[in-house]
Amino acid sequence: MPCQDPQVRRANFDEVALGYTEEQAVKEAARCIQCKKPKCREGCPVEVLIPDFIKAVAERDFAGAAVKLKEKNALPAICGRVCPQESQCEEKCILGIKSEPVAIGRLERFVADWEMAQGASATEAAPAKGAKVAVIGAGPAGLTCAAELAKLGYAVTVFEALHTAGGVLMYGIPEFRLPKAIVDKEIANLRQLGVELQFNVVIGPSMTVEELMNEQGYAAVFLGTGAGLPNFMGIPGENLCGVFSANEFLTRTNLMKGFRFPEYGTPVKLGRKVAVLGAGNVAMDAARTAVRLGAEEVTIVYRRSDKEMPARAEEIEHAREEGVQFKLLTNPVEIIGDENGWVKAMKCLRYELGEPDASGRRKPVAIPGSEFVMDMDTVIVAIGTGPNPLATKSTAGLELNRRGNIVADEEGRTSIPGVFAGGDIVTGAATVILAMGAGKKAAQAIDAYITAKAAEAAN
Amino acid sequence: MYPIVRKEILSASVKLFDLKAPLVAAKAKAGQFFILRSDEKGERIPLTIADFDREQGTITAIFQEIGAGTRLLGQLEAGDAVLDVVGPLGVPSEIERFDGPVVVVGGGVGIAPIYPIARALKEAGNRVVSIIGARNKELLFWEEKMAAVSDELIVCTDDGSYGRKGFVTDALKDFYEANKDLQRVWAIGPMPMMRAIANTTRPMGVHTIVSMNPLMMDGTGMCGACRVLVGGETKFACVDGPEFDGHLVDFDLALKRLTIYRDEEKRALAALEHHHEGGRCGCH
Repeated sequence: MPCQDPQVRRANFDEVALGYTEEQAVKEAARCIQCKKPKCREGCPVEVLIPDFIKAVAERDFAGAAVKLKEKNALPAICGRVCPQESQCEEKCILGIKSEPVAIGRLERFVADWEMAQGASATEAAPAKGAKVAVIGAGPAGLTCAAELAKLGYAVTVFEALHTAGGVLMYGIPEFRLPKAIVDKEIANLRQLGVELQFNVVIGPSMTVEELMNEQGYAAVFLGTGAGLPNFMGIPGENLCGVFSANEFLTRTNLMKGFRFPEYGTPVKLGRKVAVLGAGNVAMDAARTAVRLGAEEVTIVYRRSDKEMPARAEEIEHAREEGVQFKLLTNPVEIIGDENGWVKAMKCLRYELGEPDASGRRKPVAIPGSEFVMDMDTVIVAIGTGPNPLATKSTAGLELNRRGNIVADEEGRTSIPGVFAGGDIVTGAATVILAMGAGKKAAQAIDAYITAKAAEAAN
Repeated sequence: MYPIVRKEILSASVKLFDLKAPLVAAKAKAGQFFILRSDEKGERIPLTIADFDREQGTITAIFQEIGAGTRLLGQLEAGDAVLDVVGPLGVPSEIERFDGPVVVVGGGVGIAPIYPIARALKEAGNRVVSIIGARNKELLFWEEKMAAVSDELIVCTDDGSYGRKGFVTDALKDFYEANKDLQRVWAIGPMPMMRAIANTTRPMGVHTIVSMNPLMMDGTGMCGACRVLVGGETKFACVDGPEFDGHLVDFDLALKRLTIYRDEEKRALAALEHHHEGGRCGCH
């Protein structure tokens, strides 16, 4: 897919991947051999009708392709950009065995963008069912659950703690990977379906799940509050000035538009030499954002080797092209500050890979005496996030696991009847599409629950 | 939108708003805070809930105009509205009945958040002694309101322009000398003041609670900007606090962390002033 030139894009926040032209899309779609038993669909957490929409693209029926696509996916323009297709649908593509798999993600993006450019037509909702459902959290899980329920005819209200919808799509994923205008359009589609969005409501302190069900008449509640609490390393010096969580750094930049300070009121601070700890997608996003904000040297510091880096291959490649350096098999043990409390260096150990651990990956082992110091004035910690406890700890009787995640079954049922959950709050930090899959399954379970209860009441 | 139903100018730089925010007013408790954003381009500004009226659905906020964000906020008038208000956030103060006097100390704009705590302590049946202080008379406010919820009120000014001349720490020391059964101290104000109070009460062995006001963004535990080192452990002021044991807080670090965006704040103020000059420089 055509991309912005790395030297140019290092200095702007415009989208990196430019998307297919119609000709490119039709040509790529024509490569699909339309398997009788499409493996690609099995690889998709929301079971998008992949061969059907690709067939329509090959026939230049882009409107038809959009209908097929949206039958299973409420947020295709987003998924086409941020799904890890290489480990999902595209990994299963038969063509991938001998050569390149069909670029399913890029085709999905093409169709969604094409439809948006036409001015998307509203999806029809079923007749009103006369029951209301509350969805907590306007991230990928909550928005998908809300869309499915609205289509089924429920009156859905989404309660969101921030001042805008989208969750990680807005605060976490940078503009150059997912333009916020696209998220806004997807949310406008939700509103067209009749979904009501209430911002600035923190479930727990502002309103409890019990109140929603017992006082406000919601027949069911879906908790999609995500994994928003940043982890830190627990090493000396990590509260020094100049040490940020990736969440803080990305939220300042993306949600609060810190890259346009002082026109926008929220500043974002960066030194000349930036270390990003971790090698997942969030770490790549933080590193590439730091490059765009003008840092001279940006280094990913990761304790395993390049084979174990959890980020998508495409993101790592884009980061490398943009000049991000990689210090692998390295882990900090201390952050050193100057007399004003600012970061000035990072003490690290070198690692080698030992036997495989519980995750199946070879375990990084510190090399004794390998200590060295890297000069540094900014450290961004991107080593994962934990579940947000505000909603869960205020909900009596809700079963949690040791890590504080909600215990829920495949369909999202929790220990409380009528309370469902899905996405990162259940699984721990994962991908947008997995959260969407969970939101969708929960919507079906909520429908079944409400329908069964209504039938019970009628008897 | 969240309308400003009343505005009061407490001093040249300190303003009061009553904001219509029924959801926050319904649940607000002493010690909690909320976050507001004045407009689309504005920062998320955390402010303590200085008072609330559940029936009217209003909350009271008092703020000092320091940076560009609070300066812009201060320019709003009754009848205007702010774009976002979210809360109540943070853990409420632990209010209980003590077997001896409790002292609440409010310094500068810290008088605002100490008020609901004093009131709650009084309602719980305590003997409440309030010490409020400011640099000068001009910066003092809510003397009557504080008096109404206190058994005794001591007012101090640094320059002696009103009340007792001297720091709130001196007044606290004197009170302790005469009342060794002092049970607990709450102190809210600028960080150096809270540190001074904590240092004063440490040798007395009186449990002292301070309310930290670090840099903050979302207020729900997500950004981690509000990290405070308490007893060697990292805490998030937004969800673990904002109140902490003043004897365990690492104030040196907290004060340094307040300076992270000092240069940027200066830039924002300069840009604001430049803008207000009407672009006479011709660059607009």
